[in-house]
Amino acid sequence: MPLPALRAGEVRPTDGSRAHVVSRAYQHDLNGSGLERGAVQVEVDAVHLHFGGVVAIEEVSLEVRQGDIHAIIGPNGAGKTSLLNCMSGLYRPQRGAIRLHRGDGDPVDLTTTRPSRSARLGVARSFQNIELFRHMTVLENLLLGRHVHMRHRLAASLAWFGPARRQEIEHRDLVEEVIDLLEIPALRKLPVGALAYGLQKRVELGRALCMQPAVLLLDEPMAGMNAEEKEDMARFVLDVNELAGVTTVLIEHDMGVVMDVSHQVSVLDFGRCLVTGEPDVVRSDERVIKAYLGAGSEPMGAGT
Amino acid sequence: MATATGVYHSTYTADLALRHTRSEHARLAIVAIALVILPFLATPYWLTVVNQIGIAAIGAIGLNILVGYTGQISLGQGGFLAVGAYTSGLLVGDLGLPFPLAMVGAVLMTALVGAFFGLPALRLKGLYLAIATLAAQFVIIWVVRNWDVVTGGTAALAVPAGELFGWTVRGDFTWYWIITGCAAVAALAATNLFRTGLGRAFVAIRDQDIAAEVIGVDPLRHKVLAFAISSGFVGLAGALTAHYRLIVTWERFTLEVSILYLAMIIVGGLGSVAGSIYGAAFMILLPAWIQQLGQSVGGTFPALSRNLPAVQQAAFGLVIILFLVFEPRGLARIWQRMKDYIRLWPFRY
Repeated sequence: MPLPALRAGEVRPTDGSRAHVVSRAYQHDLNGSGLERGAVQVEVDAVHLHFGGVVAIEEVSLEVRQGDIHAIIGPNGAGKTSLLNCMSGLYRPQRGAIRLHRGDGDPVDLTTTRPSRSARLGVARSFQNIELFRHMTVLENLLLGRHVHMRHRLAASLAWFGPARRQEIEHRDLVEEVIDLLEIPALRKLPVGALAYGLQKRVELGRALCMQPAVLLLDEPMAGMNAEEKEDMARFVLDVNELAGVTTVLIEHDMGVVMDVSHQVSVLDFGRCLVTGEPDVVRSDERVIKAYLGAGSEPMGAGT
Repeated sequence: MATATGVYHSTYTADLALRHTRSEHARLAIVAIALVILPFLATPYWLTVVNQIGIAAIGAIGLNILVGYTGQISLGQGGFLAVGAYTSGLLVGDLGLPFPLAMVGAVLMTALVGAFFGLPALRLKGLYLAIATLAAQFVIIWVVRNWDVVTGGTAALAVPAGELFGWTVRGDFTWYWIITGCAAVAALAATNLFRTGLGRAFVAIRDQDIAAEVIGVDPLRHKVLAFAISSGFVGLAGALTAHYRLIVTWERFTLEVSILYLAMIIVGGLGSVAGSIYGAAFMILLPAWIQQLGQSVGGTFPALSRNLPAVQQAAFGLVIILFLVFEPRGLARIWQRMKDYIRLWPFRY
């Protein structure tokens, strides 16, 4: 008998037994996508990006489905971050399109929207080198993740009057939920600049989550972390994906993590997309082994 | 809720309050009472000084919104003060508006001019922006000096004394209440701004402009808005100067004034409303102190009293250097450290 489809908040145990609802009850839906699980959400279509004579991305096409953790791997300089920058509107590719499907109306081409507009469409991201607002507290950083969902009126702000005050309280509710999810309640009022590296990465993930993103772009969320921090971060990425159903595009170098958590893996090399597929398929692909994994890397999943 | 063992909030509303503990409320009450008693005790000279501080505080808060909070350097402060002063003065003098209305007009006008001269901020950052705003300073003063028909050119513009319901508003004592009231409202408004999303967006642009853009803060809109809001405050300060002094001349709004205001917020504390007030008080009091010092020791050191202006300038420079080296976060930070020390005294931690 086929197992019933999962709803948001449900997780299927690995032993194949019945699905059970995870104890954490979300008051807020962190997923900003209106699509069905499994529908194509981001369509990268023959994107080509070059800086002067240097080709960063060459005719890359791939599809990210709603609800997936889609890993992008590849050697340094392969164009992973450039591709993410194209998705969030920081780079303008010379050719190609990145279509974001939203469930209602036509897809939007992310290559021609400004970053602040992409954010409104539900594209959230974290950066490889943490880009937090260092002088603000964790709470303020997370509240800034709510910026696109707030209404900003000058007069009300200056007077701390009605709507301005009310919405601060209203949005605090969701922010507190993210704080709980990421297990950082004690850090709430600390300035971000004073936090340890691993915690800053966590706050950056939190800021993106507060946007209730349709797509979450994570650029090496586990770089430079020790095993324990990595484990935590992997757990959060999985939580966000499984409990909230947020589509995640993940750049990561740790093959153990990538193969464990992702549903789909795309391999970039010299700006080209070598292959996209499930972890097991990618792992045994000749071209991938040659370009990135290296021969004789049999004990996969051990991590580095 | 504040108890003997700490501050515990059970609602977000309580957490968002500006003051939490009893001693914080008490401090505010003491300051308020002191401000009410002050004009009755102060000599006419000191009352003028206090009024100057009040006006400077409003201007400094405005500049701090732009420089300290949004991270956009501006050297156009003097020019924006001039816009506020001339607009308000002319609205009363030429159009005969009541002066509170003229002041509102001046705020809006300066905000508009500020937004216009803030447009370069869309492309320029840091030092380049500073130079671009220098243009505001020179262009505005040039216009003031050459648009004789309206501004009276290089001659002084006489502003009729403010009238309200047939009552003439003049004198240091009366203006003390108006200026202090305006300063209090300005301080509160700026504080409110930075506990709402709009103000946070400004700080986000200062701290990390690319990340701000990626989370949905439109940098164009917010930078221009920051210039407009900041200039609005500065326009209010300019308008108050015009009606308080009853005379407006371009010489009061030179580049030196712009730099004086920058010094105020550096000494007071960048990105701090309270710091803007401390800085304004400090930079207005400093020359007054030095003058008094010169008078009291003038008999013993005649050279000092003869070179008083030079000594004032040197002290001005020295103070800025000392603050930049030893306490870049200014008087606000020093005050914060003192409070922390007192709170824990006599324990080390």
